Amino acid sequence: MTTTPVPTRAETEAMIADVLAQYPKKAAKFRAKHIKANDPEGSKECEVKSNIKSRPGVMTIRGCSYAGSKGVVWGPVKDMVTISHGPVGCGQYSWATRRNYAHGHLGVNNWTAMQVTTDFQEKDIVFGGDTKLEQVLDEIVDLFPLAKGISVQSECPIGLIGDDIEAVAKKSSKKLGLPIIPVRCEGFRGVSQSLGHHIANDAVRDHVLGTGEGTFEQTDYDVALIGDYNIGGDVWASRRILEEMGLRVIAQWSGDGTINEMASTHLSKLNLIHCYRSMNYICTTMEERYNTPWTEFNFFGPSKIISSMRKIAEFFDDEIKAKTEAAIARYQVRFDEIIKAFRPRLEGKRVMLAIGGLRPRHTIGAYEDLGMEVIGTGYEFAHKDDYTRTYGMLKEGVVLYDDPTAFEVEEFAKHLKPDLMGAGVKEKYVFHKMGIPFRQMHSWDYSGPYHGVDGFAVFARDMDQAVNSPTWDLLEAPWSKAGEVA
Amino acid sequence: MTTPEHTSAIPLQVLDHNDVFRDEVYQEQFENKREFENAASKEEVERVLQWTRTWEYREKNFARESLSVNPAKACQPLGAVLAGLGFEGTLPLVHGSQGCVSYFRSHFARHFKEPVPAASTSMTEDAAVFGGINNLVEAMDNMSALYKPKHIAVSTTCMAEVIGEDLFAYIGAAREQEAISQDFPVSYAHTPSFVGSHINGYDVMLKGILDSLSKSPDADASKIEKTDKVRLNIIPGFDTYVGNHREYRRMLELMGVDPIILGDHSASLDSPADGEYDLYPGGTTLVDGAQAKFNRASFILQESTLRRTAELIKDVWKQELVTLETPIGVTGTDAFVTAVARTADVKVPAELTLERGRLVDAITDSSAYVHGKRVAIAGDPDLVVALTRFVLELGMVPVHIVSTNADSTFKARMEKVLSASKFGDAATVWPEKDLWHLRSLVFTEPVDLLIGSMQLKWIGRETDTPLFRVGFPIFDRHHLHRFPIIGYTGGLHLVTGLVNTILDELDRKAPAHSYDAVR
Repeated sequence: MTTTPVPTRAETEAMIADVLAQYPKKAAKFRAKHIKANDPEGSKECEVKSNIKSRPGVMTIRGCSYAGSKGVVWGPVKDMVTISHGPVGCGQYSWATRRNYAHGHLGVNNWTAMQVTTDFQEKDIVFGGDTKLEQVLDEIVDLFPLAKGISVQSECPIGLIGDDIEAVAKKSSKKLGLPIIPVRCEGFRGVSQSLGHHIANDAVRDHVLGTGEGTFEQTDYDVALIGDYNIGGDVWASRRILEEMGLRVIAQWSGDGTINEMASTHLSKLNLIHCYRSMNYICTTMEERYNTPWTEFNFFGPSKIISSMRKIAEFFDDEIKAKTEAAIARYQVRFDEIIKAFRPRLEGKRVMLAIGGLRPRHTIGAYEDLGMEVIGTGYEFAHKDDYTRTYGMLKEGVVLYDDPTAFEVEEFAKHLKPDLMGAGVKEKYVFHKMGIPFRQMHSWDYSGPYHGVDGFAVFARDMDQAVNSPTWDLLEAPWSKAGEVA
Repeated sequence: MTTPEHTSAIPLQVLDHNDVFRDEVYQEQFENKREFENAASKEEVERVLQWTRTWEYREKNFARESLSVNPAKACQPLGAVLAGLGFEGTLPLVHGSQGCVSYFRSHFARHFKEPVPAASTSMTEDAAVFGGINNLVEAMDNMSALYKPKHIAVSTTCMAEVIGEDLFAYIGAAREQEAISQDFPVSYAHTPSFVGSHINGYDVMLKGILDSLSKSPDADASKIEKTDKVRLNIIPGFDTYVGNHREYRRMLELMGVDPIILGDHSASLDSPADGEYDLYPGGTTLVDGAQAKFNRASFILQESTLRRTAELIKDVWKQELVTLETPIGVTGTDAFVTAVARTADVKVPAELTLERGRLVDAITDSSAYVHGKRVAIAGDPDLVVALTRFVLELGMVPVHIVSTNADSTFKARMEKVLSASKFGDAATVWPEKDLWHLRSLVFTEPVDLLIGSMQLKWIGRETDTPLFRVGFPIFDRHHLHRFPIIGYTGGLHLVTGLVNTILDELDRKAPAHSYDAVR
């Protein structure tokens, strides 16, 4: 199979310069700091700037603080009612679209795929919404008696009109006898989803963490699975591995999670974090408050799964290590089968990514296990520590783009001609028109799980389905082919 | 398992989330996890579940005053973005927080399975304090350089509205600071999310666009291309069926009328896959928009949605205004065709009469299976009114009619439609109620069929009632929006879907002896 090699650093820099030349001066200067040709050593001149405001009008792919708090951290907690506090839109657009799978009956003991809102009207803006919020809390308890708690997710107007949701939450919590957590995740705060994650973590820290009374007996093997939102069942596939290693998962944050699990996580012996970006804050808090060690892991693809399993086992005794090795031996059979089936079909294929959270780096290994190569990647809302974790994973010259604009993603794809593009739903259909195979790497394109052993099979199948679909051969009409007369 | 284990194209059988978790390893995992959840007992959950399906719960549910659960409405700027996408070379710009625009783009992309270009002025804390004038000016500069629009349609998020942003002044500043030229076309509308819903945002943005275009240099009667045909403006409104735009055009052309669709997003939201991505694949031309006021008349086809646009046409343009129910079904389309023929002074061509006859033929063929079927309908007010009229025409019995974003005129409009048919007696009309209300209605007074958006699917599953998907959003079925639901052709699509949904259900539940080969 012939493949185009990854461009050299100089070639990538020329490509970047080409794209930036089309920006107005001010925006070009700004964007230049966010787009670099990779240096695996992470040298200063190749450092990607991040977590800075997007330029207006460029069509950023970023979301907001509310999206980070409601959509990512709090929304998946299944036995709490999540209120989208403010006008109707935010809750509407984030209603059931992220696929945080959870067990339970909607509206009875699970409120994940529901849109519960205070639906602000003009009078609520003018006179304030605290009275309405208080009434909404009463009505929730009335209609949803099995709710274990309520979180109030602030939309933009809340912080602008001077509402005191903390006071309302405190008063109602006492009156109604259940935790009510005010979250100041107004969309205009910060520069992306990222601040929303942080605010949401802080709200858990302040109102939930450590309040669990221990509804179960403790063991030495108790761990918490943090930063997995169970998209398409990811957390279930990951939990399976941890259990087969002999560990006991006492809490899931927050996919298919409950408030009791979050409240009891201080009892964990080790915190395992998958999405570092969205939940490193709570891990640090638990380390400081309870001396709980934490470690990052990566359950995408065989290489990373195996090395992560061994890394986790190191925290425990020989029994766990032995179980881990036994599990790895079993998994290896399945991994070999998957790779044997799909690798020949994907070998040498080049991948571009533009995603959020951990995936721009965490999926690299899984692609490599299938013989594929990531030739460009970037994060929507990363910080510096995400990039320092990324440089060494990629070859020199690979283009890195932070908070890429719609324009850049399209231009880089035109230059690099990847065999597969992985980004979000806003980008997906652009690439369908261009004839570039595409997978949504936020929602797994309604597939999944992608985590764990069972997830890797689905990942491999889906990448094959995208890359080797016969539909890409249909784009050109026979009479429009070059040299032929219409 | 239906997928073959090995073929040259499918090298390995793989189970995804639909099947993999059925394995007993997972079932055990789920069971064991309950220990850490401190969950209510299964008996307690079952008791509450059954209680939520009772009349007692329904009454409690309808007594709530402030809580909104699963409302079938979105916010104004979403509609404004759709209005912008209906015009040639137009890039929507939403002034305020950037997350909103990402939501609008994803929301439409999930429905249309199309790219949805729209930009944000990306206001953050500092702009909340000092105002977002610099954000808007820079946005226009960047948009012009990167995306080269011919026209920018500006609307607002609630953040910008709460702090009282002055779009008119800011756009002026953008011209002064040469982010855009003095004569670059910009339209704007204030679209606070805490007033009305997406349909109102569509309306004010469309009004803003038509108002600004009709004051542009192209709005010159002497520049109008001569034609011997009568030009009529067709204004579909917040209409997510791109097949409708094409059907309006086809019908009017058949009638010898020159149709000017104002807000034609059928190109931008249904573009071809041919190897190139075109950011601006078409839409109502800016010239057509500018000259629309000189055409013989404007047809408003979503009365509740298009109030402000109607005012512009009537009061400012002083143009003949024809307001009709959305032409769904036989009588709805008859009224439309009749009005077009009368206004344009043309005859109805035999071909349309033939199409009408085919639709009536199809309806009579299917009548026995739809007759007397009890239905619940939910959605935007204008769509619900037109759909109700159509199901009455078929002899179906509307029972629950819910429109979260309906206003005070809705009940009267519905009464008129319902009282015109013997099949309308059973209906109760619920403006401003949400889909959690509808859930109670369907549990306490069951129906045979739900008609509405994807958002009704949970009610459908829980109450074991089939859902015929019409409206917006529909994320979970493909391509429905590509086909018309208006006109005689649209009626044919609707009746096909309706009767086959009922027949699928009949087959699914039929006892062996009644599992008939012929229906």
